[in-house]
Amino acid sequence: MLDLAYLIPLLPLIGFAIIGLGNKKLPKFLVGLIGCGSILGSFLIVLSLLIGITSGSIPNATTISYFDWINAGSINLSMSFLIDPLSVMMMTIITGVGFLIHLYSAGYMSHDEGFARYFAYLNLFVFSMLMLVMGSNYVVMFAGWEGVGLCSYLLIGFWFKNTNYNNAAKKAFIMNRIGDLGFLLGMILIFVTFGSLNFSDVFSQAPQIMKANYEVGIAITLLLFIGATGKSAQIPLYTWLPDPMAGPTPVSALIHAATMVTAGIYMIVRSNVLYTMAPFTLDIIMVVGIVTALFAATIGLFQNDIKKVLAYSTVSQLGYMFFALGLGAYTTGMFHVTTHAFFKALLFLGAGSVIHAMSGEQDIRNMGGLRKKLPITFWTFVIGTVAIAGIPPFAGFFSKDEILAHAYERSPLLWGLGVLGALMTTFYMFRLLFLTFSGSFRGTEDQKSHLHESPISMTLPLMVLAVLSIIGGFIGVPEVLGGTNWLANYLAPVIATVGEKEVHALSHSTELTLMKISTSLVFLTIIIAYIIYVSKKIMPLPEGKESGIQKLIYNKYYIDELYDSIIVKPLRLLSDFSGKILDNTIVDGIVNGVGKSVEVGSKVLRYSQSGSISNYLFIMVIGIIIMLVINLIK
Amino acid sequence: MQDLLTNSLNGYIFLASILFTIGILGILIRKNIIIIFMSIELMLNAVNLLMTAFSVHHNNSDGQVFVLFIMAVAAAEVTIGLAILVMIYRNTGSVNIDELKKMKW
Amino acid sequence: MDKFIFLFLAAVAILSALSVIFAKSPVYSVLSLIITFFAMAGHFVLLNAQFLAIVNIIVYAGAIMVLFLFVIMLLNLNKESEPQKPFYIKLVACIAGGLLLITLVGATRGSITVNGDALMATNNAIDIGSVEKIGQELFTNFLIPFEISSVLFLSAMIGAVMLGKKDLKHT
Repeated sequence: MLDLAYLIPLLPLIGFAIIGLGNKKLPKFLVGLIGCGSILGSFLIVLSLLIGITSGSIPNATTISYFDWINAGSINLSMSFLIDPLSVMMMTIITGVGFLIHLYSAGYMSHDEGFARYFAYLNLFVFSMLMLVMGSNYVVMFAGWEGVGLCSYLLIGFWFKNTNYNNAAKKAFIMNRIGDLGFLLGMILIFVTFGSLNFSDVFSQAPQIMKANYEVGIAITLLLFIGATGKSAQIPLYTWLPDPMAGPTPVSALIHAATMVTAGIYMIVRSNVLYTMAPFTLDIIMVVGIVTALFAATIGLFQNDIKKVLAYSTVSQLGYMFFALGLGAYTTGMFHVTTHAFFKALLFLGAGSVIHAMSGEQDIRNMGGLRKKLPITFWTFVIGTVAIAGIPPFAGFFSKDEILAHAYERSPLLWGLGVLGALMTTFYMFRLLFLTFSGSFRGTEDQKSHLHESPISMTLPLMVLAVLSIIGGFIGVPEVLGGTNWLANYLAPVIATVGEKEVHALSHSTELTLMKISTSLVFLTIIIAYIIYVSKKIMPLPEGKESGIQKLIYNKYYIDELYDSIIVKPLRLLSDFSGKILDNTIVDGIVNGVGKSVEVGSKVLRYSQSGSISNYLFIMVIGIIIMLVINLIK
Repeated sequence: MQDLLTNSLNGYIFLASILFTIGILGILIRKNIIIIFMSIELMLNAVNLLMTAFSVHHNNSDGQVFVLFIMAVAAAEVTIGLAILVMIYRNTGSVNIDELKKMKW
Repeated sequence: MDKFIFLFLAAVAILSALSVIFAKSPVYSVLSLIITFFAMAGHFVLLNAQFLAIVNIIVYAGAIMVLFLFVIMLLNLNKESEPQKPFYIKLVACIAGGLLLITLVGATRGSITVNGDALMATNNAIDIGSVEKIGQELFTNFLIPFEISSVLFLSAMIGAVMLGKKDLKHT
């Protein structure tokens, strides 16, 4: 099955080509079939690879080269894929969750006239993401990296007739680009230091070279991390993620919950050898991660748009993942990536189902009491919320607890901050749940008459994802609870053992105690939320009536406005200056000036052709005299 | 003869130069086309004189044959020139050299 | 003696040349030019270029000047009605002419020395201007230009006739 590996990214690419070229001509049914079918095909192949790796029939790190891509001087890059546990794990998530989302989109977007275009973009996105995770050198990864940035721009600005959506898409793309600059610089430094960009070359040489050039190593890892912050929406490049909820909800599910934002994490885990040799960067990652987690959680407490709450929750969870990476727990980070993919995709798709039922309404203050009208959506949403809150035995519990355990190893303060973030997560998620589904309906009569459960194509993925959210945690059950940490063993060949901290330094009893504390606090928070929003029915304030700190947080700490005034406005001024003055006046002036000077010159010279013969004769005589004089002088 | 020539070759050169200059003056000063033609004839004559003097000086009759040809060409040129002059007079009624000085629009 | 003749002829030539350009009436200019041509013929005789002297008179004074007179009489151009050029143009022209003269004289001054006339000592020197000699040169070395000059005359005749025709097509 290994030789079919090239089909994995190829099938979505073919799907993109077919759908993209036959945009208006193919019937919707066919488009949906091709779009979902290609991803399903890739998924099946990936499954076979997964089975092969776990059973050991495929060696742990296989590099398959297809063709020589760049051959210039000392740079020799080939288009080659690396099949190892980490990449196969990411591929499974991408194709599996991606397939479910494609299925969901077939139902969600069935009324949209850009149906074929949407599926084409989705397929292109899956292709780029697969390239990203399958690459065996930094350049192929970067190509996929750019590709997903492009596709996210295309998909966010999908309804391009709205200027606000276009602006949001532009913002996302530009912020991604800033991160990409860091990535590119990091790549260049890697090439200069290590002499090659292949993973195998870099990682085998890493220990010696990193020890020798410590500062360069710090620079490389920091630059790569900047790229990761751009793609995975950490501080300071996170403001793009809540805005692009302008795109269709399945897009948010796929891109921003499950796959693209995890690209940064994948990249760091892949380069874990480099990072373990640069503890300074790891500390920075950890601090950025936890700060982002807390920061975004506070904003999420007061948002009133379903998708915005989920977006800030995504930023916060990503912060947790980076937090884990910063602590050196790479496997835990990947674990959380997996479980987060499941329950966040579930939550987004559920929100999409709610929005679909409410005919486009997204403000939770106008919802309520939807439990009876949308039963399947409600129950799956409950499962997702419970998973994200970290209640055992659902998926989120295991991954989050592992992060907290590692945090406690480092310092109890970090553990406390992590728990605080978890509690805030619980609070706002349950707030969302209660405000949306329980109580009485607060919307308009028109919306009430349209309320209906979504079609099977939308509810089936919800159910599948709900099941995964329940059982997904079992791949990483820690020893303390009696399981074998299957995931850690699975990823062990990939994570270097130099200075790695997978081995728990905590005793089992400490771990159990920590778990009990956090779980009980979570339950407490749920009860508080229930009391506030269900029993006492305290509504969030309508627009414009917040005050004080609430207003500050509700407006996202005015960070967007800050960026606008510091960065965007000067850039605008600069480009205006360049456009109007430099381009129009100076450059055009020079070009036009040449033409004008020729015109003026010819006007002046025209007078020498007077037509008067006596003038001509006179000039002739003068010419003769001059010639004779010159001859004489010579 | 010998004395005559050796002293006078410079003289012939001076004479030819003066006559040539007078011809040039005639072109520049006068506006009547006929006078200008005559000045041109004067210049040609000055050159004839010079050529003959040099041919005698070098004892080569090439110079004098060339003078013959110059005269032939001068005759042809005067013919055509006067025909053009007649045309100009018919069309414009005057023989001023500055009469036809409007260039094409 | 010869020198005296030379100077006399030179003076006549220069004076009549000056009156060509400064005369008021065109007929006076023509007459002055004829006198100049006679003076030139005299110079040619002094140089022992007999053929050229005669040809000068026949062609120039006899044919060309008569043609000029015909045209002047035909078009009745005798009256001096042309406006004079402004004074400054005349001044500038004189200056230009003077410059030209100075240049020419300066270019040729002292270029001929006595020893360059060694050729004059031969006896043949006397004959090179005679008709036989010219004829010999003309019909052996310069045959082609001679024949082509006949074509030249033909084209001049045709041109003159064509130019002189009155346009019968236009009203």
